[in-house]
Amino acid sequence: MIEFKNVSFEYENGKPVVQELSFQIEKGESVGLIGANGAGKSTVMKLLLGLVSGDGEILIDGMPMSRNNLADIRKKLGFVLQDSDDQMFMPTVYEDLIFGPVNYGMSREEADRKADEVLTKLNLTDLKHRHNHKLSGGEKKMAAIAVILAMEPETVLMDEPTASLDPYNRRIVINTIKDLKQTKIITSHDLDMIMDTCSRVILLSNGRIAADGPAEEILRDKALLEANHLELPLGIAKR
Amino acid sequence: MKREPGNKIEHALHELTAMDELAAGSSFVHSLNPGAKLAAAVLYILAVLSFHKYDLSGIIPMVIWPVLLFTLAGIPVRTCFYKLRIVLPLVMAVGLFNPFFDHTPMFRLGGFIVTGGVISMITLMLKGVFCLMSSFLLAATTPIDSICAALRKIHVPEMLVTLLLLTYRYVGVLTSELAVMTDAYHLRAPGQKGIHISAWGSFLGQLLLRSMDRAQSLYESMLLRGYDGRFHYAIRTKFAERDAVYLAVSAAFFLLVRYGNAAELVGRLFVR
Ligand SMILES: Nc1ncnc2c1ncn2[C@@H]1O[C@H](COP(=O)(O)OP(=O)(O)O)[C@@H](O)[C@H]1O
Ligand SMILES: [Mg+2]
Repeated sequence: MIEFKNVSFEYENGKPVVQELSFQIEKGESVGLIGANGAGKSTVMKLLLGLVSGDGEILIDGMPMSRNNLADIRKKLGFVLQDSDDQMFMPTVYEDLIFGPVNYGMSREEADRKADEVLTKLNLTDLKHRHNHKLSGGEKKMAAIAVILAMEPETVLMDEPTASLDPYNRRIVINTIKDLKQTKIITSHDLDMIMDTCSRVILLSNGRIAADGPAEEILRDKALLEANHLELPLGIAKR
Repeated sequence: MKREPGNKIEHALHELTAMDELAAGSSFVHSLNPGAKLAAAVLYILAVLSFHKYDLSGIIPMVIWPVLLFTLAGIPVRTCFYKLRIVLPLVMAVGLFNPFFDHTPMFRLGGFIVTGGVISMITLMLKGVFCLMSSFLLAATTPIDSICAALRKIHVPEMLVTLLLLTYRYVGVLTSELAVMTDAYHLRAPGQKGIHISAWGSFLGQLLLRSMDRAQSLYESMLLRGYDGRFHYAIRTKFAERDAVYLAVSAAFFLLVRYGNAAELVGRLFVR
């Protein structure tokens, strides 16, 4: 379970980016964190991962986040970065796959097995020995997802997973996300993707929660979405 | 963001950093202990740098060591020069002014008097080239993570090693940012060769800011996957007998070339 209690944060320039944020996410939920550019979505993820720290309290499975348990907390959370180039820093997909597991104490053999298992599950066995800098955008995104799943996180965080993908690769990523059993938190302004993958939506506006509820309700609320510089998902607008 | 390395600068720099394809080989040299290879490279560089500035004939035999190892590693020496083609001129430029300052006559070659400046220029250039060759040899036969693990093992501070690792990865980041920016610049300044000097300041500033941001997220992404300054994932190889032999033979060769001037030895045999 993830809990934010009155969390506020500002960058050095003093402009508040996240303000008095409170919410709870239960195990197994799939939550879409939506909002216009600059609403604070990525910052919320960074707070959750302990990459930046603000005022208020963040609890993971009841543990208040602190310096001492940061490693344990990060182990539970798998973060798929918006830019896969930052995620895939090893020479090959395979080396990236075992990097996390081995750092967290798995033996090389176990990590090997884990890598194969994940690649098979995501239908990516062809990518195993490919060089990262030679992957296409879609392949790289899928490989980045595989890399995170290989660490066996309890919760998967994804920052704009479908940004800059073509429709075909976007569909592959969406189907992959749908199949994930883990707790999911996904930021995006691709509301059709959120519609497909999330049952709950938290709408952020200027670092505050503008709405929090079932995806079915919020994503149909044209007035609410437009007031927050978003549009009805195409899938709903067409109906 | 995905870019093909279509930009010329990026292409050349990218090749330079994409060393891992070479480092994944399986020759005798590749399989040596990373620590032994690192130590040999450091000794080689020290030996090369210790030659006197006029000792051109003494330093030339030093070329044998990297060339021999490149051959054993199955990497053509020309690959090394090709990959280093944008760095080589910089290193060579270092000695370029010596001939203007040092006019000490050294010997006659045909009708020309060869000055000390010319000799020291060539010696300095060779020093640069040799050091580059041996560094390239190390990088091309040893994965960066193994080099870092070896450094940690001899207790080089974690900070420095992480810095080295990040720099290595950072060069890639820097070049892709550079490429995006030069492309963007040229789209708005068609037909212009290079970047106009008036734009250099803001260009460099932008480049620095952008690549710092990228390096930051790269480092964060390493942290999130359990990076803690130790290199758990680097493949460990024991320091075996052959590593000791390799190191000893290399060191003996350096000493021989450096102090036991081979040419002089042979000469003395005949004079006395
Ligand atoms: N490193 C930073 N330094 C200063 N301001 C930042 C930084 N990163 C983001 N911001 C600002 O914080 C706000 C929220 O950014 P972000 O969380 O990235 O939004 P989103 O992901 O919803 O687009 C924006 O106004 C942005 O300009
Ligand atoms: Mg964002």
